[in-house]
Amino acid sequence: MDTLKTSRRGFLKSSTGAALSIGFALPLAGLSGRLDAATPFSPNAFLRIGSDGQVTVICGSAEMGQGVLTAIPMLVAEELDADWKTVRVEQAPVDKAYNNPMFQMQATGGSTTVRAFWEPMRQAGAAAREMLVAAAAAQWKVPAAECRTEAGQVIHKSGKKLGYGALTAAAAQLPVPATPVLKDPKDFRILGKRTRRLDTPGKLNGTAKYGIDAQVPGMLVAVMARAPQPGAKPAKVDDSKAKAVKGVRQVITLPSGVAVLADGYWAAKKGRDALAIDWDLGAAKDLSSAKVSAMLAEGAGEPDAVAVDLGNTKDAAATGAKSVDATYEAPYLAHACMEPMNCTAWVQGDSVEIWVGTQSQGPNQGILSQVASVTPAKVKVNTLMLGGGFGRRFAPDFTIDATLLSKISGKPVKLIYTREDDMAAGFFRPASVTKFEAVLDGQGRPTMLKAGVGSPSIMAASGFMKIPDNGVDTFAMEGIADHPYDIANQRLAYGRKEPGPQVWFWRSVGHSQNIFFIESFIDELAAAARQDPYEYRRALLTRQPRYKGVLELAAQKAGWGSPLPAGVFRGIAVAQSFGSYVAEVAEVSIGADGTPKVHRVVAAVDCGMTVNPLTIERQIEGAIVYGLSAALYGRISFKDGRVEQGNFNDYPVLRMNEMPKVEVHIVPSTEKPGGIGEPGTPPIAPAVANAIFAATAKRLRSLPFDTAQLKKA
Amino acid sequence: MVTLNVNGKAKNVDAEADTPLLWVLRENLQLTGTKFGCGMALCGACTVHLDGKPVRSCSTPISAAAGKKITTIEGVGATRTGKAVQAAWAKIDVPQCGYCQSGQIMSACALLAEKKAPTDGDIDGAMSGNICRCGTYNEIRAAIKDASVTLVKGA
Repeated sequence: MDTLKTSRRGFLKSSTGAALSIGFALPLAGLSGRLDAATPFSPNAFLRIGSDGQVTVICGSAEMGQGVLTAIPMLVAEELDADWKTVRVEQAPVDKAYNNPMFQMQATGGSTTVRAFWEPMRQAGAAAREMLVAAAAAQWKVPAAECRTEAGQVIHKSGKKLGYGALTAAAAQLPVPATPVLKDPKDFRILGKRTRRLDTPGKLNGTAKYGIDAQVPGMLVAVMARAPQPGAKPAKVDDSKAKAVKGVRQVITLPSGVAVLADGYWAAKKGRDALAIDWDLGAAKDLSSAKVSAMLAEGAGEPDAVAVDLGNTKDAAATGAKSVDATYEAPYLAHACMEPMNCTAWVQGDSVEIWVGTQSQGPNQGILSQVASVTPAKVKVNTLMLGGGFGRRFAPDFTIDATLLSKISGKPVKLIYTREDDMAAGFFRPASVTKFEAVLDGQGRPTMLKAGVGSPSIMAASGFMKIPDNGVDTFAMEGIADHPYDIANQRLAYGRKEPGPQVWFWRSVGHSQNIFFIESFIDELAAAARQDPYEYRRALLTRQPRYKGVLELAAQKAGWGSPLPAGVFRGIAVAQSFGSYVAEVAEVSIGADGTPKVHRVVAAVDCGMTVNPLTIERQIEGAIVYGLSAALYGRISFKDGRVEQGNFNDYPVLRMNEMPKVEVHIVPSTEKPGGIGEPGTPPIAPAVANAIFAATAKRLRSLPFDTAQLKKA
Repeated sequence: MVTLNVNGKAKNVDAEADTPLLWVLRENLQLTGTKFGCGMALCGACTVHLDGKPVRSCSTPISAAAGKKITTIEGVGATRTGKAVQAAWAKIDVPQCGYCQSGQIMSACALLAEKKAPTDGDIDGAMSGNICRCGTYNEIRAAIKDASVTLVKGA
């Protein structure tokens, strides 16, 4: 028995072009005399099968509620023909093997996990299945072609059966097939079935471990007064009162703020509140929301980076029957994840270990190796559950700060940002002002569309992207530059303006504001043309079958055109983002005080082939709630350089008593999978705004909705 | 030193009297199922029971919890209501990120312990203090109704 050759490495080229590292763990049967569940068959980095038949799938993506800890195992289990009841999931360490093929790094975001891993995970399962079949065929001395697999068993045509567990030792000796055969989707038994999440049980009894739950012996807890603006610096710090708090051990000033390290959170928080800090706000000291709006309006008025230039907008403008102009605005937004940002770090000599809920495990390894001056291989990232991500946990500010605090103090440190400190210091969805001009012909059909988008650049702010040579930040223009409507003459352009606050990815990114803008404006065109907004869109989408498909399905399921209870009105909107198409119909009434009440939302989604329809329904529903919170309440505003919001009292979000009924209808499709974490968010704000217009004839062109305008006289 | 009765057991903890119960549960007693969300009793993630009534542990000093029966998410499954609620939550598969769910379950248990068959209005009243950023409110409502059926049947 070759017990010493414990590992070798091979590479499997997936059809997406990504190299997947395959680590082989050979059985240790020679040592133990038998193969048990502890010495499993592990044909690649994503999968282990124990001799008891237990299948463990190793997931490199982070779980923030979007369901990857179930979707990834489903992909593997489908091609493995595993018995789903025997499948469990584990979080992977940081390793190139787990790089997201769409990012070339181990990170979770952009609604990419299923899109990126759809083939690699199926191949991982299919390769293992072929090895198990070959092992059984060899044992039975029959051709492999006479064997099939089902629910964790290899079955010969004679009726002989062997469970996968019994085949692990023999399968482990076989070469990994380089090009395993994948199933025809019509033969799927697991993919496409509503499947309960594997991570639910621990989330019901307090045992699921989130970043904030990390426990390291001897650790201190740090709370930090964070710089209230990027570029702001603590100019003068008086920490005498903080140090007098019982339990406070150390006060450390970092470039990003002042941290109080204590035996526990409460002492650290009291210490943080006792700090007297004079902040040097630098260039941001006079920043106000009015200044932000003025700057962005300037960008929208003179956009110099052209994303789309089609036909001749000048001539079209001169020959039109009717023109429609409008200016829209959206504010900065915070993510407001339920779990405040936190990270536990321990820097010891030449190594760093962190325990954290992060969307960017891979990048963190590189970043923290620089922060602590160690080699990347010496940075160990333990990924715990994320109490919400929404893009916020893609940022490395909390991991950097925790690592610095551990390095300086020499202790393991759990850093927790208070909600107020997190909300004050940035990572906001960019504010944007967008100016539209359109011209309609005699039939009301648009012949010309111009858009100027004034907004800061996420690409520039990200630290890992570059604005393309044409000057168009992809995120600032997405949803507008790629709108689906058939209009002959267009000029869609970007005017970059940087008011200062740190901008970042926020669930659905640029679509979150741009779809509100364009889907409201299309509604304005329909109104100007005196046409039904649903039919008006349909007529402009004749060459866009997937947009048209979801639009029609949502309208049909919502009963578009049928009578509603008195005072209730419908609005509709459609968008594509992250490879998926979503249309939403909102049913809205307006209270006497002007408050809109959303009674029901009917959504139709075409996300291509589906993994878990239950997850799709829930993600669309959750994305609607996220977008609705922003549309009704979400606003980060500035006064004298500082953010005016801090917690859920002044940054309200949707609650149970405001929750609409939500229906999600999935379009059957054989297209390749689209993303699902984000695409439900963009259409809700315009669907509601369009319903408000239907109810009141008032067009709300800025977010959050100004309900004072809707108050009944 | 303060003695607390947590999930039926007496626990001595060395903490300042003004320390919120949340941090004593999480840090002194390593009961991390109760979550920190806002620190201002605005979001409900830290909900526990004191003598069966829901309280926000982030804003309840331990001095106010001493002498009362404290029940956390780790202990609520031992009650009939808690068991029914957790089973309903599993059946409906309520959680997404799951961070708020300990608090949601504790609020739901307190509601159902008081009223086995709550109306939608009762649910709004009892649950609107618990924020869920993933937007699982409709699933929470469905799970409460499902648990209610179990509890009414067993009555």
